Amino acid sequence: VMMQGHLSGRFRHAIERMDPSWYLASSYYEHWLTAAATGLVEAGIITQADLDARLGAPFPVARPMRAPRLADPGPSVDAHRFAVGDEVRVREWHPFGHTRAPRYVQGKRGTVVRLDGIFSLPDVEYHCDHKRTEPTYSVRFEADELWGSPGDPVHVDLWDSYLEPVTE
Amino acid sequence: MSDDHHHPSARTPIEDRVDALEALLVERGIIDPAAIDAIVEHYEHAVGPMNGARVVARAWVDPAFRARLLADGTAAIAELGFGGPEGDHMVVVENTAAVHNLVVCTLCSCYPWPVLGLPPNWYKSPPYRARAVREPRVLLAEMGCAVPDDVEIRVWDSSAEVRYLVLPERPEGTDGLDEDALAALVTRDSMIGVARL
Repeated sequence: VMMQGHLSGRFRHAIERMDPSWYLASSYYEHWLTAAATGLVEAGIITQADLDARLGAPFPVARPMRAPRLADPGPSVDAHRFAVGDEVRVREWHPFGHTRAPRYVQGKRGTVVRLDGIFSLPDVEYHCDHKRTEPTYSVRFEADELWGSPGDPVHVDLWDSYLEPVTE
Repeated sequence: MSDDHHHPSARTPIEDRVDALEALLVERGIIDPAAIDAIVEHYEHAVGPMNGARVVARAWVDPAFRARLLADGTAAIAELGFGGPEGDHMVVVENTAAVHNLVVCTLCSCYPWPVLGLPPNWYKSPPYRARAVREPRVLLAEMGCAVPDDVEIRVWDSSAEVRYLVLPERPEGTDGLDEDALAALVTRDSMIGVARL
């Protein structure tokens, strides 16, 4: 139960839903504990009342899910749209739900350096009963592009739908 | 905001919460304490950076293995008997005279468990996760890893399914050493990229 919980984005998204000031002030394993408790309550396996009673105090959990449940996962993509060397831009959007597009690369331009496998898109998986699979890539971003000053490049691994072609 | 379940102003100690949750789950038959013990045992003893060190040492002595490792990290690492959760899609990045690699997971703490074990606390901390992408050169210097100015630092953010292992450069003066002796030189930190050997 716990191993599967760790590997799933449901677990990660529960951590992401911890109150930010609590998240930054608490330890890594407190994040895991909170995600486990939150997940079990949300899955209906135990209740908040069970936890509070056993602890003898309010048992803190993450904030409720805000993203709507998706009825339709959207079409899976089984071929890479981009090739090594292509210039791409990361879509700019900030969902209430789970995403694996880091905020610091959104809207930024980079170069595809590696094509990786086809995997379930986390943005869909944790909010839908069905999965959508897409190719993934490693994309290189120059420091100038990310931070506005010279420095060392950062490579970020991104799902296909996070990316748009750069045409100019 | 007063005490509530999402932002309690005074929390009971984490140990009490762990005890409460574990007791509840064992009582309801949801978890088996023996299974938990087995998992803890596995990650304390069977899995750790000594695995990654064997991979690195093999790459240093066997050029064909090195080539396979860089072409398909998962398959080459599996040749040595290592693999499993958080290591199903391995990419090995090599340090050279021109390139120094650094691995991070800005979003959480993704780490190649089968070859490095469980991640150290600093790797999971917000400062490392933020600064590794924002100012890697300064961060590495603070961590005692000076990278020459003419060497590019390539940061790899493990934001999808790939997990990364850094292949450090073989130190000078090690020509006479066998594979076991070489493996003993390889540190966990060098395989994350916060140290050079």
